[in-house]
Amino acid sequence: MALTPVLTAHWDDPQSFETENYKKHGGYEALKKSLKKTPDEVINIVKDSGLRGRGGAGFPTGMKWSFVPQNDGKPHYLVVNADESEPGACKDIPLMMANPHALVEGIAIGSYAIRANHAFIYIRGEVPHVIRRVMNAVEQAYANGLLGKNIQNSGFDLEVVVHAGAGAYICGEETALLDSLEGRRGQPRLKPPFPAVAGLYASPTVVNNAETLASVPAIILNGADWFKSMGTEKSPGFKLFAVSGHVNRPGIYEAALGTPMSELLDYAGGIRSGHKLKFWIPGGSSVPMLTPEHIDIPMTYEDLAAAGTMLGTGTPMMFDETTSVVKAVTRWLEFYKHESCGKCTPCREGTYWITGMLEKFEHGKGLENELSVINDVCSQIAGRSFCALGDAAATPFPGAMKYFADEFKQATRVPVDLTFPPQESTIFSKVGAK
Amino acid sequence: MTLTSENKSVKNEELITATIDGIQVQVPKGTLIIRAAERMGTFVPRFCDHPSLAPVAACRMCLVEIEGMPKPQPSCAIPLTEGMVVKTQMTSKVAEDAQAGVMEFLLINHPLDCPVCDKGGECPLQNQAMTAGRAESRFEIEKRTFPKPLELSTEVLLDRERCVECARCTRFSEEIAGDPFIELLERGAKQQVGIASGEPFNSYFSGNTVQICPVGALTSSAYRFRSRPFDLVSVPTTCEHCASGCSLRTDYRRETVMRRLAWEDPQVNEDWNCDKGRFAFGYLKQNRLTQPKVKNSEGKQLDALWPDAIDFAVTGLKAAEGKVAVLLGGRLTLEDAYAYSKFARLALDTNDIDFRNRVNSDEELAFLSSVVAGSAGSVTYQELEKAKNVILVSFEPEEESPIVFLRLRKAASKANISITAIAPYLSKGLEKIDAEVVLTKPGDEAKVLRSLEIAKDSIIIVGERAAANNGLFSALVEVAEKSNSKIAWIPRRAGERGSVEVGILPNLLPGGRLVSETSARSEVGAVWGVNASQIPSKPGKTHQEILNSAINGEIKALIIAGLEVTDAPDPQLFSKALNAVDFVVTLGIHENSLTRYANVSLPVAPVTEKSGTFINWEGRPRPFGRAITSTNAVTDARVLAMLADGLGFDFGLQTIDELRQELAAFGTWSGPKEKAPSLKAEESKSVTKSNLILSTWNLLLDDGALQQGEEHLAGTQRPSVAHLSYKTAQENGLTTDDKVIISNANGSITIKLEVIEMVNDVIWIPSNSHDSKVKLKLAAKDGDLVSIQKGSF
Repeated sequence: MALTPVLTAHWDDPQSFETENYKKHGGYEALKKSLKKTPDEVINIVKDSGLRGRGGAGFPTGMKWSFVPQNDGKPHYLVVNADESEPGACKDIPLMMANPHALVEGIAIGSYAIRANHAFIYIRGEVPHVIRRVMNAVEQAYANGLLGKNIQNSGFDLEVVVHAGAGAYICGEETALLDSLEGRRGQPRLKPPFPAVAGLYASPTVVNNAETLASVPAIILNGADWFKSMGTEKSPGFKLFAVSGHVNRPGIYEAALGTPMSELLDYAGGIRSGHKLKFWIPGGSSVPMLTPEHIDIPMTYEDLAAAGTMLGTGTPMMFDETTSVVKAVTRWLEFYKHESCGKCTPCREGTYWITGMLEKFEHGKGLENELSVINDVCSQIAGRSFCALGDAAATPFPGAMKYFADEFKQATRVPVDLTFPPQESTIFSKVGAK
Repeated sequence: MTLTSENKSVKNEELITATIDGIQVQVPKGTLIIRAAERMGTFVPRFCDHPSLAPVAACRMCLVEIEGMPKPQPSCAIPLTEGMVVKTQMTSKVAEDAQAGVMEFLLINHPLDCPVCDKGGECPLQNQAMTAGRAESRFEIEKRTFPKPLELSTEVLLDRERCVECARCTRFSEEIAGDPFIELLERGAKQQVGIASGEPFNSYFSGNTVQICPVGALTSSAYRFRSRPFDLVSVPTTCEHCASGCSLRTDYRRETVMRRLAWEDPQVNEDWNCDKGRFAFGYLKQNRLTQPKVKNSEGKQLDALWPDAIDFAVTGLKAAEGKVAVLLGGRLTLEDAYAYSKFARLALDTNDIDFRNRVNSDEELAFLSSVVAGSAGSVTYQELEKAKNVILVSFEPEEESPIVFLRLRKAASKANISITAIAPYLSKGLEKIDAEVVLTKPGDEAKVLRSLEIAKDSIIIVGERAAANNGLFSALVEVAEKSNSKIAWIPRRAGERGSVEVGILPNLLPGGRLVSETSARSEVGAVWGVNASQIPSKPGKTHQEILNSAINGEIKALIIAGLEVTDAPDPQLFSKALNAVDFVVTLGIHENSLTRYANVSLPVAPVTEKSGTFINWEGRPRPFGRAITSTNAVTDARVLAMLADGLGFDFGLQTIDELRQELAAFGTWSGPKEKAPSLKAEESKSVTKSNLILSTWNLLLDDGALQQGEEHLAGTQRPSVAHLSYKTAQENGLTTDDKVIISNANGSITIKLEVIEMVNDVIWIPSNSHDSKVKLKLAAKDGDLVSIQKGSF
């Protein structure tokens, strides 16, 4: 296999994010092509392509679009979930920095397909530079008649609003995002009704991840078959893989789904010299960890599920032997505790409890019987919380125990900072920052 | 616990068949799993679920297993569907484990302070921890704590560490009361209920949140740390405060009422009541008259024995030589009111009896006798909820009948009702029921009502202050007839409707029978065991006429009960009448503004110390039992029987059962009724720059006599301020926060001003609030002219 640069093809062009540059490489041709088709034809192409949501759950995008009821007399909305906040996930933000027009074009095509005249881009509030860049791209698109009234004389109108989040991970959950967008406190909504029926302002709404929508123009331009020629039957197409952690060249590698992790690791220059891989997570902290023995697994939805984990956001984090699993899991749980919205009991109380116990282990004060308590607590959260945040919080510990139970047992006696001096895993460890 | 009762279920609807715990059940389509299980006798534990609130599925306590679903599901949020197979904790390990897990989570941060917690002993968390909890805690890290308690208002306190974040309180406040003063703040384990700074939880319905809190997080200042639930005796009672007719539960301990709760009644108050009904019972203890008092020749009030006091009263009444009148308030129970009605006609041989110790008119009398009397059940809460169009005339629902307000709000939140209010401004209460206001000056209501296009089959609600306004009742009757609409008269006091029905009016006998009709007197005489000729046939004097006759000597003695001088439309005139007559007998529970005028004061039982019935605005009987039995307090009826005996008349009514039997014997009256009023409407008075029209009504929480002794409740009163429109304020050089002096020939009121969007040339002030005693200081009524000027601090 090889890299398949589509979204990333021209990131190294000067001013890659400007309209002219995007147009130079065929930008907005897919929109013009789409506007000549009927919305249902556009939906069918995306359906045929097999494109699956890139935000983590992997739901087929075309199918999601087709759920929106038609001729219901209500306004429809397309909402872009660009609230990328998962620990380890960093792909939508670089995409929006380097190639925002792919997103804008994808939004226009998606809105046309679901008959929405209003789209919102919900970007996490901590990245103002990205918000500025996307706003700029949207402005340019308006100026070039690619958004606004009667786009390209097609009779199709589309208003696009860029909205900044206010710093809550839960707002990446689609219904919490909608509440937040409506000006409420971001907490997930009771489903049904699903957003496709009653989403933003109680109207039919599609919420798509930024990368998903940015992938649409290439599909329209090159066809579903072209897209399916990459990847596997169940996981077709290209994907941004953001490889991070203890690798020599962390970064975004766009490759076909199904590319083995070992190959992605090679693109990233391998584990930093003198060290070896200890464990890795394929797609954000919410998916269970894997070990070096899984390194040849093809990066697809189905293969990773078979290995007991998930593709998630497709953003592998690699950890070498200097890393304490106990500490890594504790940091993740602290994140979930901090970000739990508080609505449901299992997530609110469970993350509080697990974190408290894990912090004892971090300081070498854990009790061995507490390991089974933590495990119980995780199983009391998983599948019983209101939304997927609780499920995600219940993931890291059992995953870690599967492979590194001894390390937790060791942490009943020795503080992890002694067994795994934190400075050893820093990027500057070699220059002797001790 | 919050179980739903059978009669709440949907009737005549499509049924679906499903299986719960292996048992086939048939329930109406749309029934939630948790309710269906409840109906077959399986209680699925729950916290956030409440039958009258929309589901949120937040607490996750009610998880059950549903065949075909990979995860346990919240039974409070999922309707049972055809063929669904559900397993609760009774038959499913998955459900049992899920519930046990959630229970463990709820307890990790919950303090073990049950022994000092108000909720201990009646706590859903405590109870459900017994069934779904672990015997020993596995939680060994530090519990989350908060400074305690947080004062949400002077009445409602919050202990945040006890809170399970079920959001019942915040959802109630937003969904039901429309007062979202409280909201969940922060996130994760720091999530907590809170208020905005400077915006306390001053909702008229705040006490309901204390009642529905499934833990001891919300407590009331009035009850906190006062008692344990297992030391309380509970009696179902009826609220004595307004005409809504709420069912209550009165809890007492050692013969003292400790608290009152809303008692579920789907027909009337559903699950709720207002804070006045819940908290205002301190009057039961304050200034109680416990011993008869007799005024001696030197004008001193001396304690007397019952036989002596009765003898003294009889002597005084006899000396008046038939010139005795009866003035009552609107607070009497049906049975007591009936006893007065019979007593006046037979023992005193007079029709000079009137309960309307508030603004009243002859036109109102005609309206009450022609439209209201004998019309029980013509408009009900259910009809209000289903109505398409409701018109409010001289009626402020949230202030005057809070449960009517809640029912209108429920209807409005379903968006199938159009509510129009004829009012001087869009009050917060009217805003909450989505009412459209036709801005109207007091006095112009009749004109405005006639000008409205009233849809067929509307309901027109009229409040008691319509009596201030000549021609309004006539317009009401005319308009209702034209549009085939129904009229609901909603008085403020609990006893008024019953008083109409038993004839505490100068022209009416029980059941809306006219005193002037021979056949009516015959029917009544048959029950009373007398001839028609023994019942006086000439309509008697009205409230106003009785006072005037007392002053000019035509009336020599008065029997007064269930009222305060300060309630009268003109307290000074009332005092003058009391001074003018030779003899005054009062029956009451308090030593109050009347006592010093009384030649004989006879103590009677308050509602907690007797059985009785209130007839609510619908005309629905709301019977209640006696809560406290150890006092020797007697009913008004019993005292009247003693007086009748002394006057040489066998009253025959000693017990509540005798009274009720006799009342039941009347049957319905099908004979002629009073003619409906047909006065020509007056218009609002003409104003000059500083001579404005007065608009006034009572706030729900104010300085009313039955709210005395409840400082925590008083702390949640709405501010006592005057309202002017922007234009009128500007013309008078006034702005918000200025002091304004409102005066007439009788006196003046100085009060803070708040300028609002309202009709011009009108000044609004509350009737009986701190700084604003309209009757006492101005003896003025709605629509009168008053002059205003800027005051200084």
